[in-house]
Amino acid sequence: MQTLSINGTSYTVDASDDMPLLWAIRDLAGLTGTKFGCGVAQCGACSVMVDGVLVKSCSTPVTLAVGKEITTIENTTPNMVFVREAWKDINVPQCGYCQSGQIIAATALLDAKEDPTDEDIDAAMSGNICRCGTYVRIKKAIHEAVELRKLA
Amino acid sequence: MKVSRRNFVKVFGLASGGILLGCNFSEGVIVNGLEDGVSFVPNLFVQLQKDGSLTIVVTRSEMGQGIRTSMASAIADELEADWKYVSIKQATGDAKFGDQNTDGSRSIRTMLHPMRKMGAMAKEMLVSAAAKKWKVSVIDCKADNHYVVNTKTNEKLFYGDLVTLAKDITVDVEKIKLKDKKDFKYIGKNLRSFDIDAFTHGKATYGIDIRLPNMKFAAIARCPVTFGTVKSFDKKEALEVKGVEDVFALEKGSGPFGVLGGIAVIASNTWSAFQGKNNLTIDWDMGVNGSYDTTKFREKIINRVQNPAKVTPGSKGNVSKAFKSSDTVIDATYFIPHLVHTPMEVPNATAHVKDGKCEIWAPTQDPQTARAEVAGNLGMDTKDVTINVTFLGGGFGRKSKPDFIVEAALLSQKIDAPVQVVWSREDDVQHSYYHAMSAQYLKGSIDANGQVSGWLHRTAFPSIVSTFKPLSDYASGFELAQGFNNNPYEIPNVQLENAKAEAHVRIGWMRSVCNIHHSFAVNSFADELATAAGKDPLQFKLDLIGKDRIREGRSPHPFNSARLKNVIYEVKKMSDWGKKLPKGHGMGIAFHYSFYSYVATVVEVSVMNNKLKIHNLYSALDCGLYVNKDAVINQMEGAAVFGISIALYGKITAKNGAIEQHNFFDYQLARMKDTPKMEISIIDNDEEPTGVGEPGVPPIAPAICNAIYAASGKRIRTLPLSDHGMV
Repeated sequence: MQTLSINGTSYTVDASDDMPLLWAIRDLAGLTGTKFGCGVAQCGACSVMVDGVLVKSCSTPVTLAVGKEITTIENTTPNMVFVREAWKDINVPQCGYCQSGQIIAATALLDAKEDPTDEDIDAAMSGNICRCGTYVRIKKAIHEAVELRKLA
Repeated sequence: MKVSRRNFVKVFGLASGGILLGCNFSEGVIVNGLEDGVSFVPNLFVQLQKDGSLTIVVTRSEMGQGIRTSMASAIADELEADWKYVSIKQATGDAKFGDQNTDGSRSIRTMLHPMRKMGAMAKEMLVSAAAKKWKVSVIDCKADNHYVVNTKTNEKLFYGDLVTLAKDITVDVEKIKLKDKKDFKYIGKNLRSFDIDAFTHGKATYGIDIRLPNMKFAAIARCPVTFGTVKSFDKKEALEVKGVEDVFALEKGSGPFGVLGGIAVIASNTWSAFQGKNNLTIDWDMGVNGSYDTTKFREKIINRVQNPAKVTPGSKGNVSKAFKSSDTVIDATYFIPHLVHTPMEVPNATAHVKDGKCEIWAPTQDPQTARAEVAGNLGMDTKDVTINVTFLGGGFGRKSKPDFIVEAALLSQKIDAPVQVVWSREDDVQHSYYHAMSAQYLKGSIDANGQVSGWLHRTAFPSIVSTFKPLSDYASGFELAQGFNNNPYEIPNVQLENAKAEAHVRIGWMRSVCNIHHSFAVNSFADELATAAGKDPLQFKLDLIGKDRIREGRSPHPFNSARLKNVIYEVKKMSDWGKKLPKGHGMGIAFHYSFYSYVATVVEVSVMNNKLKIHNLYSALDCGLYVNKDAVINQMEGAAVFGISIALYGKITAKNGAIEQHNFFDYQLARMKDTPKMEISIIDNDEEPTGVGEPGVPPIAPAICNAIYAASGKRIRTLPLSDHGMV
């Protein structure tokens, strides 16, 4: 048994030590907003933050997250507010499936950079695949989120 | 559309005090036309409550195209509803809704008119109810934003307050009038996705997010070779995995959507099921496809198209004579490998078989086919099968095929519990219904006047029909009509030939289907002809399209060359075609008519040390009347990225019958770093609505390759570009 703190709530789960954090979040804690896309840290659909650090939860053993604070799409951090607002304004999603991971990754970028350039965004977001191809909107929305934060 | 007197609006009182408007279009309007041969008999529902809340049932699947928002807004527009009162209910799979197959870029094309009529009927009833209450003529009443207004007194009645009165109103659908385009409130405007809050908070429920009490999770080990079967297996190590509860064989099914069969692992969570599967030892009988080798097959079909093949309809004149009498004759062979859809949400489905009934929750593009397949496989009546349609984490044609849904149903029946089957990404890449590998040969001549005098086009690719009728090894009419026998050019001598190509994997349809390869070859070869003629490719191709004309035929929306030329002029303007570009840069043009829509694309690339960078992309779409402009633009942007994936990376290969790729590290997709700046233009006109989801894809790869030629003089005839060391 392990205790996970996800979005400030404590969950006791019975995971094998090699179980990736993704499946503990989805199947054991029952929070399905974090998505499975590839299982090998290639697509970013499973992105979450562990103690504020962006990780691909499909390739992070659950044991590494014990005793740390896990942030998923179900949460709302200060920068997630701007990111969501921009996402809505630009009408980013198509199918929406990868967007949990995109929003988490974009939030991590806003946490790290004051005013990311196009190149910063390319570098930060190229770990997240969107098969619908919403990349131009994601880029636009990240710039807008930064502007919203400046105004706030 | 002629509507018989029998088709009145039906009103049903609801226990809640609300009303349900059922509109029956049972006269069977054939909207799809003869080409797809699908009759159209929907029965849709709008539900209005006393508090004004309006529930609109959406019958098509949401997979990113924004159909829930579009369908609902079309009804709301004619109903003069206030969007804030609208909620959307997703229809289950049921023939009473008419065709629900969300595929072929046809939802708006076939549904917009009936949906509008639906909303207009409801509005008519509410207006009549208000007139009755005020004891005035309906002429003095108008609907406005969830109210009926008395135009003489300016009195207003809220829609919710008219519910009780409206119950007694009967409206003759023959008298229903649709709004003028200039009065549209939502149609043609930009509407934010109805589901955006759910999407941005992780609250949208996809198939993979379904959770039922006591639900099990299942993974299935399938034979590496298509249609291979299990000889023997050892489950000991699988059962040792924590969480694994059961392991058993699943027999191979039959038919186009039959299960592939294999060994099923039942577990208490997805990870345990995956781990159990990895720990199985299985001895396979590889079956008839065990020697499939795509390297050899590629040579085989290239050889076939370089030799005479079966002449198909659409041929005219005498190409041999044209070639003999021309000084300039060129030829070229094009090739595209197998491709696979890889929607971000892997195939998955949840089933609960209980008391002789089966309930399914699945991300399906085609719930009625899923229902029929599940019923057939379980030996049930279709009425005992319920298909709940979840959000789809992408579809692209993969989720039209319900094999994964049948798997869940069979497993639930076997273990007598609710079960969710989840494919790993490797399962998805290696056991799909693949876009056909294709080879094409083109030969063309330019006469003394600089005119194209002859055009020979041979195509070979395993047919989708092989999935339905095994051993079909020539292309079908609908596949040849996707850019092969309907290219836009006016050329006096044309020969169209189809060479044999056998299927050794399941062949399926993927976003824009055979338009992908035909557009690639036709647009590339026309570019090569322009080079041979020493002319600007854009102008040369415009000239080759010839005079304004509407092509005769059975199509409900026949090809109109003026509309195609118009989108070409549009991208010419957008890209400032012909402007001076930096060194190493080049622009390429491609265009294509598919799903009755017209798309032209210009791409600007640079090639430096054989490395490609795509800088700018301009696409123009003419899809006639559109509903949600922003969603259409989003589709066009997404289609461009889909096309970039095909051009840069798309490649599925097989050796000894087994697919060689595994996951996104060896079946790569375009990422943000690969994505250029984009400008999309949507043409405004008064034409009927046509396709949006797919038509943006076909011009992308040839536009990129034509731009590469312009930038570097390197002519790309085989995809992907990663094979040429360019990415």
